[in-house]
Amino acid sequence: MNWQALANPARFKRLSDRLLPWFAGGAALCLAVGLYLGLVASPPDYQQGDSVRIMYVHVPAAWMAMFVYANLAVAAAASLVWRHPLADVAGRAMAPIGAAFTFLCLATGSLWGKPMWGTWWVWDARLTSVLILFFVYIAYMALNSAFDDDTRGARSSAILALVGAINLPIIKFSVDWWNTLHQPASVSRLDGPSIHASMLTPLLLMAVGFTLLFFALALVRMRAGLIERRLAALSYTRSADAGVASFR
Amino acid sequence: MAEFFAMGGYADFVWTAYGLTAAVLTVLAVSSVRRLKTLERDLAAAADDEHDR
Repeated sequence: MNWQALANPARFKRLSDRLLPWFAGGAALCLAVGLYLGLVASPPDYQQGDSVRIMYVHVPAAWMAMFVYANLAVAAAASLVWRHPLADVAGRAMAPIGAAFTFLCLATGSLWGKPMWGTWWVWDARLTSVLILFFVYIAYMALNSAFDDDTRGARSSAILALVGAINLPIIKFSVDWWNTLHQPASVSRLDGPSIHASMLTPLLLMAVGFTLLFFALALVRMRAGLIERRLAALSYTRSADAGVASFR
Repeated sequence: MAEFFAMGGYADFVWTAYGLTAAVLTVLAVSSVRRLKTLERDLAAAADDEHDR
Protein backbone atom coordinates (compact mmCIF):
# COMPACT_ATOMS: atom_id res chain seq x y z
CA MET A 1 0.00 0.00 0.00
CA ASN A 2 1.27 3.43 -0.90
CA TRP A 3 0.85 5.48 2.28
CA GLN A 4 2.23 8.57 0.63
CA ALA A 5 -0.77 8.56 -1.70
CA LEU A 6 -3.12 8.73 1.26
CA ALA A 7 -1.70 12.09 2.25
CA ASN A 8 -3.40 13.42 -0.83
CA PRO A 9 -6.59 14.81 0.76
CA ALA A 10 -8.75 13.95 -2.25
CA ARG A 11 -7.62 10.34 -2.19
CA PHE A 12 -8.01 10.10 1.57
CA LYS A 13 -11.50 11.55 1.26
CA ARG A 14 -12.46 8.93 -1.32
CA LEU A 15 -11.13 6.09 0.81
CA SER A 16 -12.81 7.37 3.97
CA ASP A 17 -16.09 7.94 2.08
CA ARG A 18 -16.04 4.28 1.17
CA LEU A 19 -15.06 2.98 4.62
CA LEU A 20 -17.04 5.30 6.88
CA PRO A 21 -20.54 3.78 6.35
CA TRP A 22 -19.19 0.29 7.10
CA PHE A 23 -17.44 1.41 10.29
CA ALA A 24 -20.39 3.46 11.51
CA GLY A 25 -23.00 0.86 10.54
CA GLY A 26 -20.94 -2.00 11.98
CA ALA A 27 -20.44 -0.07 15.23
CA ALA A 28 -24.20 0.61 15.55
CA LEU A 29 -25.05 -3.03 14.91
CA CYS A 30 -22.44 -4.48 17.31
CA LEU A 31 -23.32 -2.01 20.06
CA ALA A 32 -27.09 -2.61 19.68
CA VAL A 33 -26.73 -6.39 19.92
CA GLY A 34 -24.03 -6.08 22.59
CA LEU A 35 -26.22 -3.82 24.74
CA TYR A 36 -29.18 -6.18 24.43
CA LEU A 37 -27.09 -9.23 25.35
CA GLY A 38 -25.21 -7.37 28.08
CA LEU A 39 -28.16 -5.66 29.77
CA VAL A 40 -30.97 -8.13 29.13
CA ALA A 41 -30.00 -11.60 27.92
CA SER A 42 -26.84 -12.29 29.96
CA PRO A 43 -27.21 -13.67 33.50
CA PRO A 44 -26.35 -11.72 36.65
CA ASP A 45 -23.08 -12.81 38.27
CA TYR A 46 -23.43 -15.34 41.07
CA GLN A 47 -21.42 -13.09 43.40
CA GLN A 48 -21.75 -9.59 41.97
CA GLY A 49 -25.39 -9.75 40.87
CA ASP A 50 -26.40 -7.23 38.22
CA SER A 51 -23.48 -4.90 38.99
CA VAL A 52 -21.41 -7.18 36.73
CA ARG A 53 -23.16 -5.55 33.74
CA ILE A 54 -20.85 -2.55 34.22
CA MET A 55 -18.17 -4.88 32.84
CA TYR A 56 -19.66 -4.65 29.33
CA VAL A 57 -18.72 -0.96 29.10
CA HIS A 58 -15.80 -0.86 31.53
CA VAL A 59 -13.62 -3.59 30.02
CA PRO A 60 -14.07 -2.57 26.34
CA ALA A 61 -13.38 1.06 27.33
CA ALA A 62 -10.18 -0.09 29.05
CA TRP A 63 -9.11 -2.09 25.99
CA MET A 64 -9.81 0.93 23.79
CA ALA A 65 -7.83 3.22 26.08
CA MET A 66 -4.78 1.05 25.36
CA PHE A 67 -5.57 0.19 21.72
CA VAL A 68 -6.03 3.83 20.77
CA TYR A 69 -2.79 4.68 22.56
CA ALA A 70 -0.94 1.96 20.61
CA ASN A 71 -2.26 3.55 17.41
CA LEU A 72 -1.21 6.97 18.66
CA ALA A 73 2.30 5.67 19.34
CA VAL A 74 2.54 4.19 15.82
CA ALA A 75 1.37 7.50 14.34
CA ALA A 76 3.94 9.30 16.50
CA ALA A 77 6.73 7.00 15.28
CA ALA A 78 5.64 7.49 11.66
CA SER A 79 5.55 11.23 12.22
CA LEU A 80 9.09 11.29 13.61
CA VAL A 81 10.64 8.83 11.16
CA TRP A 82 8.97 9.72 7.86
CA ARG A 83 7.81 13.25 8.70
CA HIS A 84 4.54 12.25 7.13
CA PRO A 85 1.83 14.94 7.51
CA LEU A 86 -0.95 12.33 7.62
CA ALA A 87 0.68 10.84 10.73
CA ASP A 88 0.45 14.20 12.54
CA VAL A 89 -3.16 14.58 11.49
CA ALA A 90 -3.88 11.02 12.67
CA GLY A 91 -2.27 11.57 16.06
CA ARG A 92 -4.17 14.78 16.64
CA ALA A 93 -7.43 13.10 15.55
CA MET A 94 -7.02 10.02 17.75
CA ALA A 95 -5.83 11.53 21.04
CA PRO A 96 -9.21 12.96 22.20
CA ILE A 97 -10.92 9.65 21.37
CA GLY A 98 -8.35 7.77 23.48
CA ALA A 99 -8.72 10.27 26.30
CA ALA A 100 -12.51 9.82 26.21
CA PHE A 101 -12.24 6.02 26.45
CA THR A 102 -9.68 6.27 29.25
CA PHE A 103 -11.97 8.63 31.16
CA LEU A 104 -14.87 6.20 30.68
CA CYS A 105 -12.70 3.31 31.85
CA LEU A 106 -11.81 5.19 35.05
CA ALA A 107 -15.34 6.48 35.70
CA THR A 108 -17.15 3.17 35.07
CA GLY A 109 -14.46 1.36 37.06
CA SER A 110 -15.12 3.69 39.94
CA LEU A 111 -18.87 3.08 39.65
CA TRP A 112 -18.18 -0.65 39.75
CA GLY A 113 -15.63 -0.40 42.56
CA LYS A 114 -17.94 1.36 44.99
CA PRO A 115 -20.54 -1.44 45.30
CA MET A 116 -18.03 -4.33 44.89
CA TRP A 117 -14.88 -3.14 46.67
CA GLY A 118 -16.54 -0.61 48.96
CA THR A 119 -14.48 2.25 47.58
CA TRP A 120 -14.56 4.55 44.54
CA TRP A 121 -10.79 4.53 44.22
CA VAL A 122 -7.61 2.89 45.48
CA TRP A 123 -4.04 3.74 44.54
CA ASP A 124 -3.26 0.25 43.33
CA ALA A 125 -0.92 -0.29 40.39
CA ARG A 126 -3.63 -0.91 37.77
CA LEU A 127 -5.78 2.10 38.65
CA THR A 128 -2.80 4.41 39.05
CA SER A 129 -1.16 3.40 35.76
CA VAL A 130 -4.45 3.95 33.87
CA LEU A 131 -4.82 7.36 35.53
CA ILE A 132 -1.31 8.15 34.28
CA LEU A 133 -2.39 7.05 30.77
CA PHE A 134 -5.24 9.57 30.98
CA PHE A 135 -2.80 12.33 31.97
CA VAL A 136 -0.46 11.39 29.10
CA TYR A 137 -3.34 11.79 26.63
CA ILE A 138 -4.13 15.22 28.10
CA ALA A 139 -0.45 16.21 28.00
CA TYR A 140 -0.22 15.04 24.36
CA MET A 141 -3.16 17.25 23.37
CA ALA A 142 -1.84 20.22 25.34
CA LEU A 143 1.68 19.92 23.92
CA ASN A 144 0.39 19.38 20.39
CA SER A 145 -1.42 22.71 20.41
CA ALA A 146 1.11 24.61 22.55
CA PHE A 147 3.21 25.91 19.65
CA ASP A 148 2.42 28.52 17.01
CA ASP A 149 4.34 26.32 14.60
CA ASP A 150 2.24 23.17 14.01
CA THR A 151 5.30 21.13 13.01
CA ARG A 152 7.03 21.78 16.32
CA GLY A 153 3.84 20.89 18.20
CA ALA A 154 3.54 17.67 16.23
CA ARG A 155 7.19 16.76 16.80
CA SER A 156 7.19 17.44 20.57
CA SER A 157 3.91 15.64 21.19
CA ALA A 158 5.07 12.68 19.08
CA ILE A 159 8.13 12.29 21.32
CA LEU A 160 5.88 12.44 24.38
CA ALA A 161 3.57 9.79 22.86
CA LEU A 162 6.52 7.44 22.24
CA VAL A 163 7.93 7.86 25.74
CA GLY A 164 4.44 7.37 27.19
CA ALA A 165 4.13 4.03 25.38
CA ILE A 166 6.27 2.50 28.18
CA ASN A 167 3.09 2.75 30.23
CA LEU A 168 1.20 0.22 28.06
CA PRO A 169 3.03 -2.95 29.23
CA ILE A 170 3.00 -1.54 32.76
CA ILE A 171 -0.81 -1.27 32.64
CA LYS A 172 -1.18 -4.72 31.09
CA PHE A 173 1.06 -6.54 33.58
CA SER A 174 0.40 -4.35 36.64
CA VAL A 175 -2.09 -6.93 37.92
CA ASP A 176 0.58 -9.67 37.76
CA TRP A 177 3.60 -7.69 38.92
CA TRP A 178 2.00 -6.08 41.93
CA ASN A 179 -0.60 -7.02 44.51
CA THR A 180 -3.55 -5.10 43.15
CA LEU A 181 -7.12 -4.85 44.36
CA HIS A 182 -7.97 -4.95 40.66
CA GLN A 183 -8.45 -8.49 39.42
CA PRO A 184 -6.04 -10.06 36.88
CA ALA A 185 -6.99 -10.75 33.26
CA SER A 186 -9.95 -13.02 32.56
CA VAL A 187 -10.11 -12.89 28.77
CA SER A 188 -6.57 -12.68 27.33
CA ARG A 189 -5.09 -15.63 29.21
CA LEU A 190 -2.76 -18.31 27.93
CA ASP A 191 -5.23 -21.04 28.92
CA GLY A 192 -8.18 -19.28 27.28
CA PRO A 193 -10.86 -16.98 28.68
CA SER A 194 -12.24 -17.88 32.10
CA ILE A 195 -15.61 -16.25 31.40
CA HIS A 196 -18.71 -18.13 30.32
CA ALA A 197 -19.82 -17.60 26.71
CA SER A 198 -23.05 -15.89 27.84
CA MET A 199 -20.92 -13.06 29.24
CA LEU A 200 -17.98 -13.27 26.83
CA THR A 201 -20.19 -12.74 23.75
CA PRO A 202 -21.67 -9.34 24.78
CA LEU A 203 -18.22 -8.31 26.06
CA LEU A 204 -16.56 -9.01 22.71
CA LEU A 205 -19.45 -7.45 20.74
CA MET A 206 -19.14 -4.23 22.74
CA ALA A 207 -15.38 -4.29 22.20
CA VAL A 208 -15.76 -4.71 18.42
CA GLY A 209 -18.44 -1.97 18.44
CA PHE A 210 -16.13 0.44 20.29
CA THR A 211 -13.27 -0.41 17.90
CA LEU A 212 -15.40 0.30 14.81
CA LEU A 213 -16.67 3.49 16.43
CA PHE A 214 -13.06 4.52 17.03
CA PHE A 215 -12.19 3.91 13.36
CA ALA A 216 -15.24 5.89 12.22
CA LEU A 217 -14.51 8.81 14.56
CA ALA A 218 -10.82 8.79 13.65
CA LEU A 219 -11.67 9.00 9.92
CA VAL A 220 -14.09 11.89 10.47
CA ARG A 221 -11.58 13.75 12.62
CA MET A 222 -8.67 13.07 10.25
CA ARG A 223 -10.68 14.46 7.37
CA ALA A 224 -11.38 17.57 9.41
CA GLY A 225 -7.68 17.80 10.25
CA LEU A 226 -6.67 17.58 6.58
CA ILE A 227 -9.12 20.33 5.62
CA GLU A 228 -7.76 22.46 8.45
CA ARG A 229 -4.24 22.08 7.06
CA ARG A 230 -5.48 22.95 3.59
CA LEU A 231 -7.26 26.07 4.85
CA ALA A 232 -4.16 27.13 6.76
CA ALA A 233 -2.07 26.69 3.60
CA LEU A 234 -4.61 28.69 1.57
CA SER A 235 -4.68 31.60 4.01
CA TYR A 236 -0.87 31.50 4.11
CA THR A 237 -0.61 31.82 0.31
CA ARG A 238 -3.25 34.50 0.38
CA SER A 239 -1.47 36.60 3.00
CA ALA A 240 1.77 36.05 1.07
CA ASP A 241 0.02 37.30 -2.09
CA ALA A 242 -1.31 40.28 -0.14
CA GLY A 243 2.22 40.96 1.10
CA VAL A 244 3.55 40.98 -2.45
CA ALA A 245 0.64 43.16 -3.60
CA SER A 246 1.39 45.81 -0.97
CA PHE A 247 4.92 46.11 -2.34
CA ARG A 248 3.74 46.74 -5.87
CA MET B 1 -39.80 -4.06 33.44
CA ALA B 2 -39.37 -2.44 36.86
CA GLU B 3 -37.17 -5.36 37.78
CA PHE B 4 -34.98 -4.67 34.75
CA PHE B 5 -34.52 -1.03 35.71
CA ALA B 6 -33.83 -1.95 39.33
CA MET B 7 -30.75 -3.96 38.26
CA GLY B 8 -30.91 -6.10 41.39
CA GLY B 9 -30.39 -3.05 43.59
CA TYR B 10 -27.43 -1.74 41.59
CA ALA B 11 -29.50 0.59 39.40
CA ASP B 12 -27.61 3.79 40.36
CA PHE B 13 -24.23 2.32 39.54
CA VAL B 14 -25.18 0.40 36.39
CA TRP B 15 -27.29 3.13 34.77
CA THR B 16 -24.83 5.90 35.65
CA ALA B 17 -22.04 3.88 34.01
CA TYR B 18 -24.07 3.27 30.83
CA GLY B 19 -25.49 6.82 30.76
CA LEU B 20 -22.04 8.38 31.14
CA THR B 21 -20.62 6.15 28.39
CA ALA B 22 -23.48 7.03 26.02
CA ALA B 23 -23.17 10.75 26.82
CA VAL B 24 -19.40 10.98 26.34
CA LEU B 25 -19.36 8.99 23.09
CA THR B 26 -22.37 10.90 21.69
CA VAL B 27 -20.80 14.28 22.44
CA LEU B 28 -17.54 13.13 20.84
CA ALA B 29 -19.32 11.85 17.71
CA VAL B 30 -21.60 14.87 17.28
CA SER B 31 -18.82 17.42 17.83
CA SER B 32 -16.48 15.58 15.43
CA VAL B 33 -19.08 15.43 12.64
CA ARG B 34 -20.13 19.07 13.22
CA ARG B 35 -16.54 20.26 13.03
CA LEU B 36 -16.04 18.37 9.75
CA LYS B 37 -19.21 19.91 8.26
CA THR B 38 -18.14 23.43 9.26
CA LEU B 39 -14.66 22.95 7.82
CA GLU B 40 -16.06 21.48 4.58
CA ARG B 41 -18.22 24.61 4.23
CA ASP B 42 -15.23 26.86 4.96
CA LEU B 43 -13.14 25.03 2.36
CA ALA B 44 -15.88 25.33 -0.26
CA ALA B 45 -16.14 29.06 0.49
CA ALA B 46 -12.37 29.48 0.25
CA ALA B 47 -12.32 27.60 -3.05
CA ASP B 48 -15.06 29.92 -4.40
CA ASP B 49 -13.02 32.96 -3.37
CA GLU B 50 -10.03 31.53 -5.14
CA HIS B 51 -12.13 30.98 -8.24
CA ASP B 52 -13.54 34.55 -8.21
CA ARG B 53 -10.17 36.20 -8.11
